[in-house]
Amino acid sequence: MSVRRVMGIETEYGVSHPGHPHANPIRMSGLVVGAHARRAERVGGLARRWDYDEETPLRDARGFDASRAEADPTQLTDDSSTANVVLTNGARLYVDHAHPEYSSPEVTRPRDAVLWDRAGMVISAQAARDAAGLPGGHEIVLYKNNTDGKGASYGTHENYLMDRRTPFSAIVAALTPFLVTRQVFTGAGRVGRGQDGRTPGFQLSSRADFLEVEVGLETTLKRPIINTRDEPHADPALWRRLHVIVGDANLSETATLLKMGTTAAVLTLVERGLIGESLMVRRPVAEIHAVSHDPTLQHRIELRGGRRLTAVQLQMEFLTAAARLPEAGSDQATKEILAEWERVLVALETDPLSLAEDLDWVAKYALMQQYRRRDGLQWDSPRLHLIDLQYADVDPGRGVALQLEAKGRLRRLTDPSDVERAVHTPPHDTRAWFRGECMRRYPAEVAAAGWDSVVFDLPGRHALQRVPTLDPLRGTRAHVGALLDASPSAEELLAILKG
Amino acid sequence: MAGKESQEQRSQQRAGEQAPAEAEQSDLAERKAQLDADVDALLDEIDDVLEENAEEFVKGFVQKGGQ
Repeated sequence: MSVRRVMGIETEYGVSHPGHPHANPIRMSGLVVGAHARRAERVGGLARRWDYDEETPLRDARGFDASRAEADPTQLTDDSSTANVVLTNGARLYVDHAHPEYSSPEVTRPRDAVLWDRAGMVISAQAARDAAGLPGGHEIVLYKNNTDGKGASYGTHENYLMDRRTPFSAIVAALTPFLVTRQVFTGAGRVGRGQDGRTPGFQLSSRADFLEVEVGLETTLKRPIINTRDEPHADPALWRRLHVIVGDANLSETATLLKMGTTAAVLTLVERGLIGESLMVRRPVAEIHAVSHDPTLQHRIELRGGRRLTAVQLQMEFLTAAARLPEAGSDQATKEILAEWERVLVALETDPLSLAEDLDWVAKYALMQQYRRRDGLQWDSPRLHLIDLQYADVDPGRGVALQLEAKGRLRRLTDPSDVERAVHTPPHDTRAWFRGECMRRYPAEVAAAGWDSVVFDLPGRHALQRVPTLDPLRGTRAHVGALLDASPSAEELLAILKG
Repeated sequence: MAGKESQEQRSQQRAGEQAPAEAEQSDLAERKAQLDADVDALLDEIDDVLEENAEEFVKGFVQKGGQ
């Protein structure tokens, strides 16, 4: 089951009111979330409060709790005063630091991660259109990207459930070189270099310039390659939730598939002690910038032992190790990831531009080069910056990536009817199933829900009834489907659960 | 008449002898022209959805930092 583990993607969307650079982003984000809540109410799934009870944003995986008094206000992510809703597909849609954020439901397969991430884009685009249609409303545009090109960055975070017994130091040793180099296929591409994008040029990743330290707890400043947040939303004796903040927001589904699948595979290697320290790089932060700034992919990274490898060659080492796993021959999802990983790495080695239909940075780069040739543009041309931004617009009529996809120039993996289903229905193989189905079946009785609980407010009962969902792999359709089918009301459900 | 026919026959014969190299060249040129037209068509379509004033749009796109 090597690429199969509980995982998910959280996406902070850029939000703007065209022509009004000073429009209030918190207000706009609230309008977007609120618009979806109203739509959900109309189809019967009610939006309810998030349950923050078990959240510990200042717990550090290195074994301590950071002080609340000393924390930057942006680290206190357990504040319930902002808009947020739980969806019938088990996802969470809310306002996070002046951005609308979609946190996908938990899945166990990379393909499902792609599907519920795509559903999030559809939900967000629809919500933005709904918000624009409100009385007094105005156009709101959402961007699945990570920077405004002026110094601000916002994240697309991945979460992977890991075996707690794996020492955190082993994760740091193996994952750092992997994250330094995976941008050769996960990079979204970016016009401009440096945090403020003022140095002309193109780079692989839109996020790399914002990574400043190797390991740390922060997510809004001094961003680390390895984030140490320790909030498993599961039994902390058994599980760790690895929170990866370095990723680019991807429009290419192939890039998303590879991002989730290859990372899951590498984490399996770490858990089984198969990767060690042999691939550690000497200066990770400098290297993550250097790799990003070299679209020719020729830069050689210096490893601790003295070896120098290109990013693609380093990725090949991870692929080779993953290909030796027993699941490489038996698990379908793993076979698919390994085949794609190999196909893409070989192409990056021989003819990167051949991946223009597969990878965001190549699609963007190819398009930019075509515009440069036709219109004689330099890398600092506003037109290229515009294309860079509009590439990530989530509206299908306007977004350049979505337009390329519609024209068959960017490979699509998902089926539109599956995406439509994923907008409303949760994955069936995690606790997201229980959460989403409760939202759908008992909208009036769910008072709040979180990753690890659903809280019911039953008429005639003084106290709220909290149903813990601490195990991400219980509460699946197989586990509770029949129970839910047998419980036409929340009272009946709780009678069985608590009785 | 006879002279013309034989002239045609002679040029056909000549064309037959030159065929492989030149045909390949013109084939490549044709494909390149097709690709260029293809790219131009794509850029035209993308132009249709792009915002009008690039400089204004880019300057106006400002975000608050997130996570």
